[in-house]
Amino acid sequence: MSASLTLVIVMAVMYAAGVYVMLERSLTRVLIGFLLVGNATNLLIFIMSGRPGSSPIVTGTSVEDMVDPIPQVLMLTAIVINFGITALLLALIYRSWWLAQLGDEGDTLTDEHATESADEADTTFLSSSDDDDAIAESLDEFERGDGATSDEDTVSNKKDAASRAAASASDRGDAR
Amino acid sequence: MTAMVPLIVCLPLLGAAAALMLGRRRRLQVLVSVLSLAAATVMSAVLLVLVDRTGPAVVQVGGWEAPWGIVLVVDRLSAIMLLISALMLLGVLLFAVGQGVVDGDTETPVSIFHPTYLVLAAGLFNAFVAGDLFSMYVGFEMLLSASYVLLTLGGTGARIRVGITYIVVSLVSSLLFLSAIALIYGATGTVTLALIAERMPDLPADIQLILGLLLLIAFGVKAAVFPMSFWLPDSYPTAPAPVTAVFAGLLTKVGIYAILRTQTLFFPDNQFSMPLMIVAGLTLLVGILGALAQADIKRLLSFTLVSHIGYMLFGIAIGTPLAIAATIFYVVHHIVVQTTLFLAAGLIDRVGGTTSLSRLGGLLGSSPLVAILFFLGALNLGGIPPFSGFLGKIALFQAGTIVGDPIIYVLIGVGALTSLLTLYALARAWNMAFWRPKQQIKDYTASMSASLVEDPQDEGIVLKKTISPLMIGATTSMLVLALGLTVFAGPIFELTTRAAGNISSPSTYIDAVFPSGTGAIENSNVGTNFEGGAK
Repeated sequence: MSASLTLVIVMAVMYAAGVYVMLERSLTRVLIGFLLVGNATNLLIFIMSGRPGSSPIVTGTSVEDMVDPIPQVLMLTAIVINFGITALLLALIYRSWWLAQLGDEGDTLTDEHATESADEADTTFLSSSDDDDAIAESLDEFERGDGATSDEDTVSNKKDAASRAAASASDRGDAR
Repeated sequence: MTAMVPLIVCLPLLGAAAALMLGRRRRLQVLVSVLSLAAATVMSAVLLVLVDRTGPAVVQVGGWEAPWGIVLVVDRLSAIMLLISALMLLGVLLFAVGQGVVDGDTETPVSIFHPTYLVLAAGLFNAFVAGDLFSMYVGFEMLLSASYVLLTLGGTGARIRVGITYIVVSLVSSLLFLSAIALIYGATGTVTLALIAERMPDLPADIQLILGLLLLIAFGVKAAVFPMSFWLPDSYPTAPAPVTAVFAGLLTKVGIYAILRTQTLFFPDNQFSMPLMIVAGLTLLVGILGALAQADIKRLLSFTLVSHIGYMLFGIAIGTPLAIAATIFYVVHHIVVQTTLFLAAGLIDRVGGTTSLSRLGGLLGSSPLVAILFFLGALNLGGIPPFSGFLGKIALFQAGTIVGDPIIYVLIGVGALTSLLTLYALARAWNMAFWRPKQQIKDYTASMSASLVEDPQDEGIVLKKTISPLMIGATTSMLVLALGLTVFAGPIFELTTRAAGNISSPSTYIDAVFPSGTGAIENSNVGTNFEGGAK
């Protein structure tokens, strides 16, 4: 069996880094760790196809020159599965962030753009730099609110800020 | 006959697609899911009869012959697992429909529930009919992704929290499984089970050891075997009652099925007997000791679930045909009884408003039917004669005494102790929830009742709406099925003995997949990498 040493080293580093990152508390890092380990496993499958060769479909290639196609098929399937799971995990991480910031009450917040007419909404949705400012501002408020004010203030601050952030995030989504 | 093998996977998937499109029309959606699962049940019953008579059904998908194409194999073991899981899925679905009707579909987004549930069914069936390791992996992933969605249904804080733990643990085990597949491909040049079985014995012993252990660890996490079982009692009880029931009944058993299949096919010399014995004993003990300390019925049942996985591992570890037959019988019994008990716990939650033993009381008077359902299920799980739990354990112990190693006698002792402790935990639960009068809840004392651990997510008494006849009906028919296992234990045990005869000699399986022998494949396979290593 012959395999590229570079691939083996890359795989080992990805496994190591992935497992290390997965042990962190932050969910986003767990996700990154999962991606790294998942791709390291894909590389492992690829390495198992043995020596390199030409593509097996092209006519005229002799059997001895062909590369083993099965690991590539397996990899492709594994990549698709990992992709789906990653999307689900991202959604769950976002939901968990949402719950951590606002609790179950977050689900009942009203949309502050709900009463706007279509024209007003158009102008609101046009600018995206304002949204960035709003998000930056709300993030600042988080930090200030967490440290200085009393509990009640913090909660309401958080709600305001997060609803603003969420609203502007949805604006940006709609604008596209 | 062979057309039914892929159909049993495709039908729930098509049903899922239809149910997703019918999201706004609840009744049609329910009809579609019930019909597709009922059809799957009928097909698996027919398959079981045919396979039992004429031998394994083998399908080369798309006409690509194994080992190049995907091969689906249904032998007796697969057919038994298909039938029992289809029955469970159908019963729990009816329970869920009953619950949805009562709740007016407001508590959980039921439009998502049905399609996801059908995908879970398709994944389960796929894992059981898979004739190669990789489609088994795909089946696992299908059922796991569906289970991620079902566990976090509604997206409440508690469910998201335990859901993420569950998902990350499952992902790690899936990645281990995938790595094991890659290494097995590297070592044997194939992922087809039958061909691996043929080539595995030629590998050096150390490589066999690595591959076997990787597979065991990957499946062990899914089956909740002791050191890897910590995630289960936290995650399962948080889901809605029907979801917990189907997870408890079926998901861990897929892991057991995979261990059984790979151990008997790849390692017919039973090299892993000793480590399996040790983890089986530890799983039995640690699981049941955990159950004794729980105040919440759902958590208590989850711990007994972990504990009883030990019996099945014990059977696999003994490895004689009789032991394998007893294991299959025990798996079938455990699927039915554990599902029934979790459904009964769901009913208790309805009638008592909580599943915490420290708050329940006097339910015998108010809902005698639920009391009977839980009581019979508990006796069955605890292994009281003449129920199927007793028969399964006796068969296991008997198979053990025939082999007669010292460690087997130790394990028989542990198994008997676990059985007694299970009975004790469940009888205490029944006494506290049903038997003691409601007025005595405050100053009631039983052994250890003061030191019971509450569920961290306990919400106090929340009285839900009444129970619908459909929920009672579904639970009762499960119990009737469990009692049927007792009454017809003779013929069923004969069937599992035949199934064990199938799988305890890998040659039957290999001959079914490669009727003309595997000699020709060896020469034309380009991808065999460790050819040198095998010599």
